[in-house]
Amino acid sequence: MKEFKYVITDPEGIHARPAGELVKAAKEFAANITLTKDGKSGDCKRIFGIMGLAVKAGNEITLTFDGEDEEAAYAAVTEFVKANL
Amino acid sequence: MEVYQGKSVFGGIAIGRISVHKKDEQQVKRVRIEDPEQEILRYRQAKQTAMEQLQGLYQKALKEVGEANAAIFEIHQMMLEDDDYNESVENIIRMQQVNAEYAVASTGDNFAQMFSAMDDDYMRARSADVKDISERVLSVLGGRATGIAASGEPVIIVADDLAPSETVQLNKDLVLSFVTVHGSVNSHTAILARTMSIPALIGTAIPLTDDIDGKVGIVDGKNGCIYVDPDEDTLGRMQQLKLEEQEKKELLQTLKGRENITIDGKKIMLYANIGNSKDLAAVLQNDAGGIGLFRSEFIYLERDTFPTEEEQFQIYRTVAETMAGKPVIIRTLDIGADKKCDYFEMEPEENPAMGCRAIRICLTRPEIFKTQLRALFRASAFGNISIMYPMIISVDELRKIKTIVAEIRQELTEQGVTFGEPKQGIMIETPAAVMMSEELAKEVDFFSIGTNDLTQYTLAIDRQNPKLDAFYDPHHPAVLRMIQMVVENAHKAGIWAGICGELGADTTLTRRFLAMGVDELSMSPGSILPVRKIILETDVTKERENNNLC
Repeated sequence: MKEFKYVITDPEGIHARPAGELVKAAKEFAANITLTKDGKSGDCKRIFGIMGLAVKAGNEITLTFDGEDEEAAYAAVTEFVKANL
Repeated sequence: MEVYQGKSVFGGIAIGRISVHKKDEQQVKRVRIEDPEQEILRYRQAKQTAMEQLQGLYQKALKEVGEANAAIFEIHQMMLEDDDYNESVENIIRMQQVNAEYAVASTGDNFAQMFSAMDDDYMRARSADVKDISERVLSVLGGRATGIAASGEPVIIVADDLAPSETVQLNKDLVLSFVTVHGSVNSHTAILARTMSIPALIGTAIPLTDDIDGKVGIVDGKNGCIYVDPDEDTLGRMQQLKLEEQEKKELLQTLKGRENITIDGKKIMLYANIGNSKDLAAVLQNDAGGIGLFRSEFIYLERDTFPTEEEQFQIYRTVAETMAGKPVIIRTLDIGADKKCDYFEMEPEENPAMGCRAIRICLTRPEIFKTQLRALFRASAFGNISIMYPMIISVDELRKIKTIVAEIRQELTEQGVTFGEPKQGIMIETPAAVMMSEELAKEVDFFSIGTNDLTQYTLAIDRQNPKLDAFYDPHHPAVLRMIQMVVENAHKAGIWAGICGELGADTTLTRRFLAMGVDELSMSPGSILPVRKIILETDVTKERENNNLC
């Protein structure tokens, strides 16, 4: 399992659109990818789960990657997060 | 005549017939079914059709209202494909042995309620999206078409609320205004109205009855009200106002894309002041030639801990890339005085305006300064960034800054990190900097005059103190002479000088600044076109003759 911590810098937070793009990126992989904020978690492959966390700018999130292709998932998803969130 | 009050989301006046839009009440009945698997198949087919419709709407919106507004239909597709949503629908069908319509309606209600209960205005507004996708599937299941009936003449649309799929199907040429009973400033109707630049009201206490349908209405976006069946006087008055507004708007619009050039050929740069990357849309809409002042301290003020180098780098890079080669002048942090930031742990001061602020913090705490400089130098590899240092009073300070800059350049080189070579200039906002401007000009690439602080320090008047308003003269000759002196010394050294304080947007001074030879004016985005108008009407040579400067 791999873990990644990140503080959201996008002033809008994870709005509908970035949530959708995050889901798109996560769905490329078989690994379970979970986003956690303040103890609450959402499945990165489910847009309602991610939007339901209402992640705002300045919030710290933790992404966990668990599964066969977790290395590749980690690389791709963290790159997306750093560039867009 | 009846008048109903609402909340305006976009100004302007619309006059036309009212068209009341009522949603087809989709009465969903709970029906027991024999073969749940067959019903699930029916649901999946309906969902597929809905997905295709959304793709069509996306393409249509892309052409008509642009990518940013079209994106909602892509989001809707993702919502419809969401596993939680689909599992919920299919579970209800399977467990309760009910029809797909009932399962979709219940699921839609549940998810909409989840959003309605959230502690965030934006997310609350998203419950409308969930309802919208659910209604779309219901329509497909029932074989009904959604959308607003087309009418032949342009109308004022009055509705309870409008879903994005309803607004996109509208023929935009036939909509004069939107008036809704519900909706929020973040709702799609509001966003669309702003994009289309048409007046719109939300939260309007108007009855959606058949008898107002087809009547003449006037939407007053400035005062947030709608007149139904207006009397002659009101109609005449509003028609006149609409005409004046139209003329003003057309005039300013014709100035878009024009150069900022005077009758006798003197060019001047018109840039925008911004506080964060959210302001970029306004910068581009108002046709700014660049960003003359990016107040980087807002990155620090909006949070509880120091922003990291990486976070700052991303923000500066985004701004530079969005401006696509146009100049972006970023002022290093100007914390202190009225802008306080707890985690800086500054000691309380007797006189904060003259205390440890801006460059003084940076030079006493170089670790903070270096983080920002590294981010700025790295970001400048991605666009046309200039760095501007605030509150300078001496050449010695510039030498110290240069030493620190040399250190970070060496560190970045050794670490193999890519960086650019930003231009470096200073704010002229202390009388000391004005008096030393001849020497300072030899050390930097540009000057930008911060008239707010310069005026307060020159006149010794605290701008936070309203009791001193009677003594305060923003056009005081002392300040204007200082500006003249700074411009002359800048030109002597071959560098440019601009103004980024409030005086930059003061159209009563634009001609005078042109006569002085000011090279750049930076202001809030909304002021750019009015200032451009003055520039285009000015003849600097004549202005100089008529004007005994200061």
